[in-house]
Amino acid sequence: MTTSRPARAITATGLRKAYGEQVVLDGIDLDIREGTVFSLLGPNGAGKTTMVQILSTLIRADGGEFRVAGHDPAREPDAVRAAIGVTGQFSAVDNLLTGEENLLLMADLHRLGRREGRRRAAELLERFDLVEAAGKTPATYSGGMRRRLDLAMTLVGEPRVIFLDEPTTGLDPRSRHTMWQIVRDLVAGGVTVFLTTQYLEEADELADRIAVLNGGKLVAEGTAEELKRRIPGGHVRLRFTRPEDLERAARAFGEVSRDDEALTLQVPSDGSVRELRSLLDWLDAESVEAEELSVHTPDLDDVFFALTGTPTQQPQPTARKVNA
Amino acid sequence: MSGALIHTFSDSMTMLRRNLKHALRYPAMTITVAAMPVVMLLLFVYVFGGALGTGVGPMGGSGGDADYIDYAAPGIILMAATSGSLAMAVSISVDMTEGIINRFRTMAISRASVLVGHVVGSVLQTLVAITLVTGLALVMGFRPNATVVEWLAVLGLLTLVTVALTWLSAAMGLACRSPETASNAPMPLQFLPFLGSAIVPTDSMPTGLRWFAEYQPYTPIIETLRGLLMGTEIGNSGIIAVAWCVGLTVVGFLWARALFRREPRR
Repeated sequence: MTTSRPARAITATGLRKAYGEQVVLDGIDLDIREGTVFSLLGPNGAGKTTMVQILSTLIRADGGEFRVAGHDPAREPDAVRAAIGVTGQFSAVDNLLTGEENLLLMADLHRLGRREGRRRAAELLERFDLVEAAGKTPATYSGGMRRRLDLAMTLVGEPRVIFLDEPTTGLDPRSRHTMWQIVRDLVAGGVTVFLTTQYLEEADELADRIAVLNGGKLVAEGTAEELKRRIPGGHVRLRFTRPEDLERAARAFGEVSRDDEALTLQVPSDGSVRELRSLLDWLDAESVEAEELSVHTPDLDDVFFALTGTPTQQPQPTARKVNA
Repeated sequence: MSGALIHTFSDSMTMLRRNLKHALRYPAMTITVAAMPVVMLLLFVYVFGGALGTGVGPMGGSGGDADYIDYAAPGIILMAATSGSLAMAVSISVDMTEGIINRFRTMAISRASVLVGHVVGSVLQTLVAITLVTGLALVMGFRPNATVVEWLAVLGLLTLVTVALTWLSAAMGLACRSPETASNAPMPLQFLPFLGSAIVPTDSMPTGLRWFAEYQPYTPIIETLRGLLMGTEIGNSGIIAVAWCVGLTVVGFLWARALFRREPRR
């Protein structure tokens, strides 16, 4: 803890894990600074959960050197456990206890004492908007409420490093945004968050650094901006009604992909208002009539296509349609 | 070291409170645990008792005219302990499927406390069932001649038996991949008393079975209980019974702990 460089919450070199013949993690290196959000992005089965399980002392790695909050999970699991909190993909609440009892159970296990435990439980119920549900069992909760209770339980022990394994999978957009705000507040309080997700948008919203996990290897790592720059796929799609308009536009924009059948043109673009305006200005100035314009931003499939050459599934670019 | 022990103790108490809350909120399991030996008691005393009592009369109890209930009650009270153990396997197996167990595994708490909380909770539940069954037997005409000290010894032995069977059953529950299999695993524990001297004396059995009945753990336990309650000959059954209980507790505890330390299944 007395190093001159910024303190590291999690470091790893050559982290490996295999189940029999199946290699799940194949030499992972991590370097996560304290007080930041690190997002591990990957499709189902990429090994995200396995990585969380190893770093949170649930399972042992087969090889590699790693430290979580300054301790080796294999040799000093309790020192690591004292510093971390885990909210998994599958809800880790006691379904037979009420929301409040769940929090008090955590308080007891953290040996907070009766009074402090009650204070902390009340504060977390308030903060996570669970006051009304405090006396009910989680069976009656919505998905978002369960996830909030789950995270509140994780926070009872005031962990310095929090693992969030796909915290918003299956949540509606409103609950997802609530969860994002909670994560932002946590980081503002100095906590380090290790977030796994399958949504690029989520990583983009929250993460200081993003790593892409595929086939047991980190295929890319960087800030959201750095990653996006490496990902082609952001483009504006123009549809015309007359072939001559398509022809003129294609000539003007140079290297673009065109589809003569559908009378469409794909112009590379980051989707910024400035780029769109200059595009529309050109169409106006040249009196080229475009029937429809849609902006396509890169998504996880583009990331995988670009980084691994294999799409996770049929690409379904998110599109915002603008009538031109 | 003592600090670690204090933590294990306080964590175990927390886990015990959790399990007792479960039991109080969803009493179905406790009721099932108590109901089984109650049914047995009614069945054996009122349905089979007339016929069985004729065969048992001269050998069991305190004399030829002893009621069959005096012979059978100690064995059926023991069955309350075995059905309690059966419940442990299922409830621990169900709990292991809950996400909260993995949360416990990532917390700086004593791992054994999760198991200890379950086992102690279940033992308390079973002791309640044993008390109910004993009370009912007394109402039905069970007339033990035990002194206060002998009653305390009965309670002590029943507690030892329950602890041993519950640890064994907890291990069985942990070894099973699903609650469905866990409900069948301790069946032998449930039926073993029938192959001993619980219902009828072993002398009435064929040679091979009699040999098994005399050396299986339940027989010395039942003989000791019967001796304490009814004043029959105990001999070395007491020592053997306690040895079985201690041995099974150690085996059950080590087995359960080893299973719980395994990595969670994916």
